[in-house]
Parts: sequence; structure tokens; C-alpha cells
Amino acid sequence: MSAVADKYSELQDLGVEVISVSVDSHFVHKMWNDHELTKMVDGGIPFAMASDQAGNIGRAYGVWDEAQGIELRGRFIIDPDGVIQGMEVLTPPVGRRLSETIRQIQAFQLVRESGGSRATPAGWQPGELTLKPGPDLVGKVWEVWNPSMEQ
Amino acid sequence: MAEEAVGCGRVTGTVGDDAPSDAHAPAIVDELPLEVHVTATVGQKAPDFTAPAYHKGSFNPVSLSDYAGSWVLLCFYPGDFTFV
Repeated sequence: MSAVADKYSELQDLGVEVISVSVDSHFVHKMWNDHELTKMVDGGIPFAMASDQAGNIGRAYGVWDEAQGIELRGRFIIDPDGVIQGMEVLTPPVGRRLSETIRQIQAFQLVRESGGSRATPAGWQPGELTLKPGPDLVGKVWEVWNPSMEQ
Repeated sequence: MAEEAVGCGRVTGTVGDDAPSDAHAPAIVDELPLEVHVTATVGQKAPDFTAPAYHKGSFNPVSLSDYAGSWVLLCFYPGDFTFV
């Protein structure tokens, strides 16, 4: 969570709010923030740390591990209409790479701002070429894009 | 928003229609239904929820719908004081 807190200002610049969820109580969240996370991130965790002790939210989002009674690492990108645009679920030992999540948010925001008229090819980064799906592009993606352009 | 009264009940998050009528009074664990079905799917509405939360020094319940109109990054993780 400190990795997300560290990039919080970048997320806020993109108009993104953050909620973290685990099975720990909100009291434990406070202790973790005060005693450890504040030593990793200036000012501690800037977003709401939610508590889901009975796993109800985790079940609804498909990240509940019944055997261990914990929530798996799941991150969901939700748009301003409340629609889930992206989800990624990892087992506990491997952490997420937030820069990839931010890239995906930027891509979803571009698509939304274009009214759905644009799409971003594999590996797209902000500022790079986007695609305009339509009859003229069928069978001709190769003319404008190929995998070697992915950085 | 008034800060939540800190009691001793084991409060937890609730989803959608199971949320208590007062959206800012999180449910006590004993009152919860036994089954909640997975409803999260890409391209579909995210299940709303209300949960007790710690936020910048205060205990204030949070609902996903509090952030309607904004992009939201919702992050689940295995537990506080874990290593990754």
C-alpha cells in the first residue's frame, strides 16, 4: 500500500481516488499506518483504508480466499460512471507494478475522452499513436502499427 | 461528515442492498447474510459497498458511491503488516 501512497499525487493529478481494503480492522489500519507506513511515505497513507473483516466486499469482487480468510491482491479500475474497466488479481507473494496500473488508467481515460472512437494498441504509452477502429482500419493495422513499436 | 463513534462491535464491510439503511453506520458481523455472490465483472457496474475505514487520522466509514463521478482505484491486499 505504501507503493500506492507514494504515487498518490500522480493518481490525484489524473483525477483518481483510492480505496484500499483488507480484512484488518480500521483500528489495525491506524496502527499499521502510524507505526510502519509513515516511515515509508511522508505523512502516511493519504486515502481511505477500508475494513472488510467478514469478507463481504472481497466475495463480491471475487478476491476472497476462503481457506486463508484473506483477500487476494486485487486491483480494480472503476470509471466515473461506476463501471469496472480493468481488474487484476494476484496471489499474495507477488506485488503489483503501479506504473502499469497508471498507464492503463491513462489509456482508459483517453478512450473515454474520445467517446470510444479511439483504441490504444499493445504497450501504448501516453503521447504515442492511437488507433481509430472502423471500416478503413480492418486488415490495415499493419500499415500503422506493429509489435516492434512497443517499447 | 461526523466521525464514527468508536464502539466494541466487530464491524465490517457490506455490499449493495445488504448495506444498513444508515449508510454510515457499518453493519455488525453477526447481522450479515451468509452468502454474497461474486458480481464484479469488467464492463459492468462495480458492486457498491460501505465499510469502516481509517482515513487521515479519523475513523470514517467509506462507500464506493462516495466517489461517484471520479475514477477510483480499488485495491485489495492480504493484510496489514505483511511484507509485499
